[in-house]
Amino acid sequence: MHARADQRIRVTLTLNGRERSGYAEPRTQLCDFLRHELGATGTHVGCEHGVCGACTVRVDGRASRSCLMLAVQAEGRRLDTVESLAGEEGLSDLQQAFRRHHALQCGFCTAGILMSCEEFLDRVADPSEAQVRDMLSGHLCRCTGYTGMVQAVLDVARTRREATVPDSQQENNDV
Amino acid sequence: MKPAAFDYLRPSSRREACELLHEAGDDARLIAGGQSLMAVLNMRLAQPKRLIDIAGIEDLHYIERRDDHLAVGAGVTQAELLEYPGLAEAVPLLAQAMPWIGHWQTRNRGTVCGSIAHADPSAELPLCLATLGGQVVLENRRGKSRRVMAEDFFQGVLTTDRRQDELITEVRFPLARPGAEYRFREVAMRHGDFAIVALAAVIDSNRVTLGVGGVADRPVSRELARHADPSEALNALAWSLGAEDDAHATAAYRRQLIRELGRELIAGGPSDEENAHARQG
Ligand SMILES: Cc1cc2nc3c(=O)[nH]c(=O)nc-3n(C[C@@H](O)[C@H](O)[C@H](O)COP(=O)(O)OP(=O)(O)OC[C@H]3O[C@@H](n4cnc5c(N)ncnc54)[C@H](O)[C@@H]3O)c2cc1C
Ligand code: FES
Ligand code: FES
Repeated sequence: MHARADQRIRVTLTLNGRERSGYAEPRTQLCDFLRHELGATGTHVGCEHGVCGACTVRVDGRASRSCLMLAVQAEGRRLDTVESLAGEEGLSDLQQAFRRHHALQCGFCTAGILMSCEEFLDRVADPSEAQVRDMLSGHLCRCTGYTGMVQAVLDVARTRREATVPDSQQENNDV
Repeated sequence: MKPAAFDYLRPSSRREACELLHEAGDDARLIAGGQSLMAVLNMRLAQPKRLIDIAGIEDLHYIERRDDHLAVGAGVTQAELLEYPGLAEAVPLLAQAMPWIGHWQTRNRGTVCGSIAHADPSAELPLCLATLGGQVVLENRRGKSRRVMAEDFFQGVLTTDRRQDELITEVRFPLARPGAEYRFREVAMRHGDFAIVALAAVIDSNRVTLGVGGVADRPVSRELARHADPSEALNALAWSLGAEDDAHATAAYRRQLIRELGRELIAGGPSDEENAHARQG
């Protein structure tokens, strides 16, 4: 592939389960492409140099900073943003836990933090507080602080663990 | 800020990547994980005319355990190496040091070779490579490859022995030697920040190889005899690195950290768990 600097390139990716396309210049950051071209403004942009984590999205499942990625690099990838979380039944379990534990105020940092927490919870079923704090160290929250977030993540980890009943038991329950 | 405009090229082979590098000369930059370079582009500290993305080169994506080293291809992210099942046994120093590289989210995209190529004097991976006596493998557009020892590769702040048309294809970390112990300590303002001082040690029965990051213009590794009291040797080492004051710490504080952490590290220091706890700060 060779794209000229002034060329607008068609980029197609899977955003929250749906195929979407739009146009981007080589230098267009992924966060700007999502917001301005695809209209997915749930993802926020803070520092634009990788420090604050506000722009975090999942790229093929991995929490990544969308200000440190080009739109053209997302071609063909699976992207998940904060818009993927709430379903028809309302807020997701993690979003509800954030509300319950007062883990946000202005919410500017929250969209990115939720995406990191989702990947983390997929990978670490039974996390320690230290592990949660380590994962959150990749995000800056300037108005709420982290205690509520830590509690929300631990809370969700616990309820998700309890909900995953081993197969044999599940059968018995069904009977 | 937004990057200045550049052409974007995604070669599908190493040869093609090197050819493009050669063609564009100083106007081109390679991009791997982008976790260092994108910030530099966004702030317009660099304004290359061409960006050459190595993500499309398939055969760079491997971790291979060979006779005496672990080979990590240029497509491998830091997260993937950390998740490699035999890491703690194959190269224990990496298993200890890598959780200190940035954050979960930056390790998801940042590559192992990209960190070596970037050659930040405070970075953990260059320090590990220098302390273990590892090698960097480079390839040029004629398909010729050469291997460079870590001590010759790192030449100063963000400066390496890589030639303009060369791609780093692989880094090689020597496997753990039986009987040797591997230890790592770091002090940073917050976890995930670059190190103020990072120390890595290989401890054998009669000698200690101590690597220091964050102080000199590159990672430095020295051999110390394993005396009962290493204080004098550590003091001499601390003074020899040309420590300077900067926004994060004074030179005197850096020297003190080398003396104190060095002593702890050689003596066996606090456990990994205490270490992990300390870094939650
Ligand atoms: C918030 C934050 C915190 C961080 N903290 C740390 C930290 O504590 N410790 C640390 O070590 N790093 C840290 N980093 C940087 C680290 O994440 C990067 O991954 C690493 O420095 C570069 O790897 P990369 O793959 O992202 O390379 P890129 O950013 O893509 O490239 C970096 C440089 O290397 C060159 N390059 C890359 N690959 C090759 C190759 N195969 N051959 C030749 N040249 C190549 C590029 O041209 C460029 O000049 C941090 C980054 C962020 C955003
Ligand atoms: S906006 Fe991307 S990390 Fe701050
Ligand atoms: S909730 Fe306001 S910055 Fe985090």
